Amino acid sequence: MRDMGISDNDERPALPDGLVAFVKQDCPTCVLVAPVLQQLAGSGTCTVISQDDPSFPEDAAWVVHDADLSLSWHHQVETVPTLMRVVNGQPTEQIEGWERQRWEAFTGVSNLAPELPDFRPGCGSLSVDPTISDQLAVRFSGSVMTSRRVELAQLEDEWEAMWDRGWSDGLPVVPPTEARVLQMLAGTSRPPDEVVAVVAPDLVECTVEKVAINAVMAGCRPEYLPVVLAAVEAACSDEFNIHGLLATTMPVGPVLVVNGPIAKQIGMNAGVNVLGQGNRANSTIGRALQLVIRNVGGGRPGGVDRATHGNPAKVGLAFPEDEASSPWTSLAESRGFRADQSTVTLFPGEGPRMFVDQISRSPESLTKHLAQALLSNVSPRLAVQFETLIVLGPEHMARYRDAGWDRNRFLDELTGHLQIECDTVLRGVDGIEEGLPPLLAGATIGKFPPDGIHVVHAGSDAGLFSMIMAGWVTGSIGSVTVTKEIVP
Amino acid sequence: MSIVLDPTGELRTEHRELAPRPGSLSGLTVGLLDISKPRGNVFLDRIEQHLTDRGANVKRFAKPTFTKPAPVDLRHEIATSCDAVIEALAD
Repeated sequence: MRDMGISDNDERPALPDGLVAFVKQDCPTCVLVAPVLQQLAGSGTCTVISQDDPSFPEDAAWVVHDADLSLSWHHQVETVPTLMRVVNGQPTEQIEGWERQRWEAFTGVSNLAPELPDFRPGCGSLSVDPTISDQLAVRFSGSVMTSRRVELAQLEDEWEAMWDRGWSDGLPVVPPTEARVLQMLAGTSRPPDEVVAVVAPDLVECTVEKVAINAVMAGCRPEYLPVVLAAVEAACSDEFNIHGLLATTMPVGPVLVVNGPIAKQIGMNAGVNVLGQGNRANSTIGRALQLVIRNVGGGRPGGVDRATHGNPAKVGLAFPEDEASSPWTSLAESRGFRADQSTVTLFPGEGPRMFVDQISRSPESLTKHLAQALLSNVSPRLAVQFETLIVLGPEHMARYRDAGWDRNRFLDELTGHLQIECDTVLRGVDGIEEGLPPLLAGATIGKFPPDGIHVVHAGSDAGLFSMIMAGWVTGSIGSVTVTKEIVP
Repeated sequence: MSIVLDPTGELRTEHRELAPRPGSLSGLTVGLLDISKPRGNVFLDRIEQHLTDRGANVKRFAKPTFTKPAPVDLRHEIATSCDAVIEALAD
């Protein structure tokens, strides 16, 4: 027997009080216990609910045909036979399969069909048959979804139809059928009608359901949905300002870094080819966010998205930090979260580019060289307005581990090498018209704003490389890096 | 036939009529919205001069920053105090 532990009793159809047995004729164990059911029904205390044959175990008033499987589905029957005790229309306890001792204890009737074997396991309930369970879920709980239903015509190819309606980023999207969206919604405990964010540029209230639809289209599995939801919240915060990031002519988009236990739980890749193709979670989570911006927010290239070039990462870019083999606190910890919290950090960035150093053996040399590379972010002649994200490769990180440098030591040393003597890159110096404005003559300034360097550890354990992403205009007129906790 | 769920914001797509064109600018109040891009004010100063020459009253507005949508209060103020609006996108 098990505790039913199901809420929403009011929504479940009532069962006849007393004993209720769910069976199907197609189940040998059900056929086996038919004499038991007849014996119990004969004493007037048992109703049999047949999932398939309306006259199984016999054509009798105590047999109810669950023709549409509504009773089985709503009462979450997983096995037949299931014997329930029903009080006031609702089950209070139940047993499954056939086990003489338990049936006798449950029914209070001794010597049940002594000719039967003592034990036989049951079969799967028809209501959980994989070929129809999706249809049942849509039929009985589809009404939780309120989005407009769009009928595709008989002769329409459903994949082409997604493109024709403007819902695709240019790659195929999975058609968001009711069954698929319902499955996606099972990935979060948040109700479908909860408003997650107001999405720019159209400033549309976006529900959990709309995010789920776009997550289906992006190719996400349901367990990724909490990450996507947190990313949508972060993107649409006033600090991150997805509107500006979308509208700018610069080639930037949201870069998602996942920290905490969820990254491993959903199978994200922090290792080989971490920023590339091949891992479903990495490839689809960032894409789901971008589809929300496109479809719910109405932000499309050539519309409000005015990027001069854009970059391939704008299809979607998400990856986790390799925390397990990092000697440092994680990015999320450096931003005030605990190691046991799952978070997503959104950085307004360009696509990744490589930094090669296969010679440096000391952390001093590597840091100084990395600083030189960082000085060229956006332009070696511009500074301050843009943050940066560094993805330190494990072989580079080993230099710091071996020398005992922690994150703060690294950032202090790096920042020391990122000071620009403005006179060297003023407008017009070296015959180049672009540069720092004349009012900075004689000054020394940092390449990046305070706290403008974000560092993540990821990549495979072979390769003396790291990756750099330049940021977009920071501060209140631009976009500020935002971290959100991922809630189930 | 299959059914999918609409992934969009489901904004109404019905055709919206343009506001009727004023026959003359004389006596109208025309709002000039500076989106706060550099030198947008230069362009709008010139527009203001032309409008004033044609007998229009000009009211100037500015978005706090060009990277974000105009605040709802600002849009409301323009809509309720102007007969027409010109928005300047400049650099």
